[in-house]
Amino acid sequence: MTLLVEAQHICVRYNDHTAVNDVTLTINKGEIVTLIGPNGAGKTTLVRAILGLTPVSSGLLTKKPALSIGYMPQKLQIDSTLPVTVNRFLALASRHSRNIDDALKLVGIKHLGQKPIQAISGGELQRVLLARAVLRQPELLVLDEPAQGVDITGQTELYALIKQIRDQLGCGVLMISHDLHLVMAATDNVICLNQHVCCSGHPETVSNDPAYQELFGQTGAAQIAVYHHHHNHEHTINGEVVACQHDAPSITQKENS
Amino acid sequence: MPDFMIYALLGGLGVAAISGPLGCFVVWRRMAYFGDTLAHSALMGIALGLLLDINMNIAITVVCIFIAVSLVILLKQRQLASDTLLGILAHSSLSIGLVAVSFIEEVRVDLTGYLFGDLLAISPTDLAWVYGGAIAVGVILAILWKPLLMMTIHEELAKVEGLAVDWLRLVLMLLFSIVIAVAMKIVGVLLITAMLIIPAATARRVSNTPESMALNASLLGMLSVVLGLTLSYYFDTPAGPSVVVSAFILFIFFYLARPQKG
Repeated sequence: MTLLVEAQHICVRYNDHTAVNDVTLTINKGEIVTLIGPNGAGKTTLVRAILGLTPVSSGLLTKKPALSIGYMPQKLQIDSTLPVTVNRFLALASRHSRNIDDALKLVGIKHLGQKPIQAISGGELQRVLLARAVLRQPELLVLDEPAQGVDITGQTELYALIKQIRDQLGCGVLMISHDLHLVMAATDNVICLNQHVCCSGHPETVSNDPAYQELFGQTGAAQIAVYHHHHNHEHTINGEVVACQHDAPSITQKENS
Repeated sequence: MPDFMIYALLGGLGVAAISGPLGCFVVWRRMAYFGDTLAHSALMGIALGLLLDINMNIAITVVCIFIAVSLVILLKQRQLASDTLLGILAHSSLSIGLVAVSFIEEVRVDLTGYLFGDLLAISPTDLAWVYGGAIAVGVILAILWKPLLMMTIHEELAKVEGLAVDWLRLVLMLLFSIVIAVAMKIVGVLLITAMLIIPAATARRVSNTPESMALNASLLGMLSVVLGLTLSYYFDTPAGPSVVVSAFILFIFFYLARPQKG
């Protein structure tokens, strides 16, 4: 197993505020590591520190030499004065236009290639960024809340897609998520963060950990409850109805009725 | 056509050609106010050039680069909103320049020429500076086009993907400084930003790739120069402002006439 990133006791401080405190973690090739934690827990700060966008105040951060990184930021706002189509945006990452079509097909948005990048929805943009990451064939894929603004069905699909990309590229994945239950199936290692590491390990271990339950509250820990139903069909991203391809996602359910 | 008109035309066309692609970056990166501040500080460059008796173009470029780098550093500390800070610096540097120039008594300085441009007084030497600067800026832009574009789309994404973003930003500042130095003679410190952003903003209406927008901005700028100089020649209007008025008329025309592309 190749070690991609190793953080030892890293802290990130802004003035008097400690955003990330004494965090130790490793990311290996082929491994999906998910950071979860409440708002303001320092998840994004930790990710930015690992990416080299925010300086580390103390501790040791080592990366595999010449590590190639694919990054999906939380928001990607492109000024509307810049005329860029999805294809062009992807072409800036790759030299072969044939690969671009393949990448778009893989993430299920082949029909969006000619559209201006400012004209597509948030969920579609997340897929474009995934396609871009695939094109660059990175050793480490970093995703900051990849499912933001995507509905529940879409989220499950997106996480499955991330897992599929990991299998295909054999890359390591570091992602931030709010919802352990949704990412469970596609995660090898969960780190529950609240400035420091509350608990970490296999997703099922973490969800039963007292520290996790304390952080999210008993109800929060079993939160998914609200509304869930089984579909007898699915929609492609352009809205066409297709037959169900996989069983309903393994989500902990609480029956309310 | 008299010689001075031919020089004016050639000088104006050269500046407009290079202002096109660079102006697109000003529009894309929302740097209009930044460019304005930089242009205003060029007057300090003139004062320096007169005091030290060195070439004006070099003095202006050096002062602009210095101001640009200081601005980038100042804007990083977030005590004041950036538009406030730029507003303070734009007008302070303009005033410092004006005060400094007034101290130099032995030289009669034509301030209006520096503020609004003196297109009709362009000499062959000035032309050499304009075209030398334009070619240098054009070559650097062409070589660094792809990374500059990527940085403009998303700076952090570009940085994570391994581009030397800080260095690229510095290069862009250098290019601005050169263009301001050579464009000053043509449109003056107060109107340089107009030559950068008006043709670029007009070009957005008719372009669907970054490259075509850059090219269209150049062509629209050159058309503005031709129209402006014609206006100036027949109606004896000031040349620099006439060029800007022409660019503005084109802008209005394209915004009313065509829906936005892509």
